[in-house]
Amino acid sequence: MSVSVAYEKARAEGRAALVGYLPAGFPSVAGGVAAIRAIVEAGVDLVEVGLPYSDPVMDGPVIQAASDRALAAGVRVGDVLRTVEAVAGAGAPVVVMTYWNPVERYGVDAFARDLAAAGGSGLITPDLVPDEADEWLAASDAHRLDRIFLVSPSSTDARIAMTTAQCRGFVYATAVMGVTGARERTSEAAPALVARVKAVTGLPVGVGLGVRDGDQAARVGSYADGVIVGSALVSALLDAPDEASGLAGVRAVAADLAAGVRRAQR
Amino acid sequence: MSAAGLMPDVAGHFGRYGGRFVPEALIAALEQLDAAYRHAMADEAFQTEFGALLRDYANTPSPLYRATRLSAEVGATILLKREDLNHTGAHKVRNVLGQALLTKRMGKSRVIAETGAGQHGVASATAAAYLDLECVVYMGEVDTRRQALNVARMRMLGATVIPVTTGSRTLKDAINEALRDWVTNVEHTHYLLGTAAGPHPFPAMVRDFVRGIGVEAREQALALTGALPDAVAACVGGGSNAIGVFHAFIGDADVRLYGFEAGGDGIETGRHASSITGGSSGVLHGARTYVLQDEDGQTVESHSISAGLDYPAVGPEHAWLHDTGRARYEPVTDAEAMAAFKLLCRTEGIIPAIESAHGLAGALRVVPALRGELGRDPVIVVNLSGRGDKDVEQAGEYFGILKD
Repeated sequence: MSVSVAYEKARAEGRAALVGYLPAGFPSVAGGVAAIRAIVEAGVDLVEVGLPYSDPVMDGPVIQAASDRALAAGVRVGDVLRTVEAVAGAGAPVVVMTYWNPVERYGVDAFARDLAAAGGSGLITPDLVPDEADEWLAASDAHRLDRIFLVSPSSTDARIAMTTAQCRGFVYATAVMGVTGARERTSEAAPALVARVKAVTGLPVGVGLGVRDGDQAARVGSYADGVIVGSALVSALLDAPDEASGLAGVRAVAADLAAGVRRAQR
Repeated sequence: MSAAGLMPDVAGHFGRYGGRFVPEALIAALEQLDAAYRHAMADEAFQTEFGALLRDYANTPSPLYRATRLSAEVGATILLKREDLNHTGAHKVRNVLGQALLTKRMGKSRVIAETGAGQHGVASATAAAYLDLECVVYMGEVDTRRQALNVARMRMLGATVIPVTTGSRTLKDAINEALRDWVTNVEHTHYLLGTAAGPHPFPAMVRDFVRGIGVEAREQALALTGALPDAVAACVGGGSNAIGVFHAFIGDADVRLYGFEAGGDGIETGRHASSITGGSSGVLHGARTYVLQDEDGQTVESHSISAGLDYPAVGPEHAWLHDTGRARYEPVTDAEAMAAFKLLCRTEGIIPAIESAHGLAGALRVVPALRGELGRDPVIVVNLSGRGDKDVEQAGEYFGILKD
């Protein structure tokens, strides 16, 4: 199932899609699956399952902490694929967000094959630009997976055109220059970036990095096709004293965000 | 220029290694840096300024010194490239002066740097002070304790030292933090990367800033002995001093190139920092290269007595030189390095950096085989990449000489 299903559904309802990120294996493998199911029930349209990695250079302290804890608990790449399999039928398409080395180590084609077999829709690759992605382009074609590359406010128009030409499913626009993490204010640069992307592609554009609550989601949802939220969801699990209250917390955050994208002025 | 001078390709690939595995947000800065670097390399004014700084400020060319007593002891002619005599005490000053000049040219006002042993941090702080740039140095918390003296030196020079408390709290985590800073502040900040690793253009650019080591050593060896050396040896962590001394010799097919990685407690123990000998191909910190990693591609912590070599990857040009067979890479254990450290102290009155002692130890180890092959005592250039002042306390503890 391509992620475009989620965007089409949201568009039919006249709103932006809510894209929710949670790392696999956090707070435990089963707990991570339960959390993903909870945010889908609360209104997340598209799920990003994070693959915990030892050197997450694009992530801020919240996602770093969750990844570290997952790895310390022994989470493996196989657990990530099992998580995808467990949530693939929950009602939202599932993509994996991963730094490149674990995929390269697994074998690019083998990873694509196993991700597709698990019911995954594709990959978001924060440290793989299309310039280095020949193997992934071939594997994603062979296994009919979406490939979501990132664009940034610092990207030239030429790079945006080149990158979006290689994207399938949607384009991930990083709204701020910086690492992941909820911010008091989302970026001023984001609407301009979305407009630059829209000028060269018909693909949906998701905006990420910094969205914290429903009000911010409503603001971003007024100009973007997708509102991507990670750290705010992860925080709800991270700050909870136990898995049950974490689950309730993450469900509440997701519901607030889902209400936000539904009241956005478009 | 030799054929090797054509490496890397325009996108920064050394064979299958190198490239750019970074967030898109950094691509523009890497493009800007690449343009500034290419322009500078072709610009006479830049070369003149860089050359004058290297000569008058950094005290290069460093001597190539025939270590007579050591040579007699080991049955070889050992020529030490005395990078330990450079300003700030290591080869690193060459790279930081080059990059700091580029920072000015790019109109940026702030540099950030990572450091393991502290040598690159000190060199960066020095260049920043000299060129009036703000300087922030990320250093693993473990290393700030191992190298407290260098932390004081950096602060003395006006730099802000930020201890890194994530991950293994060593060099690799300092690089992660520096990359996070850079992606956030890239508009006015240059990442003054300390070794010939990372995303393109860093491996090629850093190499070009330090390749004077080998250019000088080659001329000096010819002047001193009338011939090219039989071998050139250096320690390899990220690999900047090694690529610096190797590069001018790559086209000299008869000159053997040896890179000695930190073997820690021994490769077989798993506690080492030998990315090439004990690792496998992967992607870390922006480049494809040899990486210490587990089955899932998670980076494995490295171990070495030397903070400057305690890094789980290596510059991509070394990965390529290894695969092509042009250079040989072998591990040297902590114990072997410390034996060579002591030997150099006692025979030559030179206290080397523990990093450099790895290069010397490896060179001494290959002497018998080279003698067998050549039928005479071999001539070996060893890059004495840094001085050991920073390591005196650690070495004193190792040898148990701090107490009466």
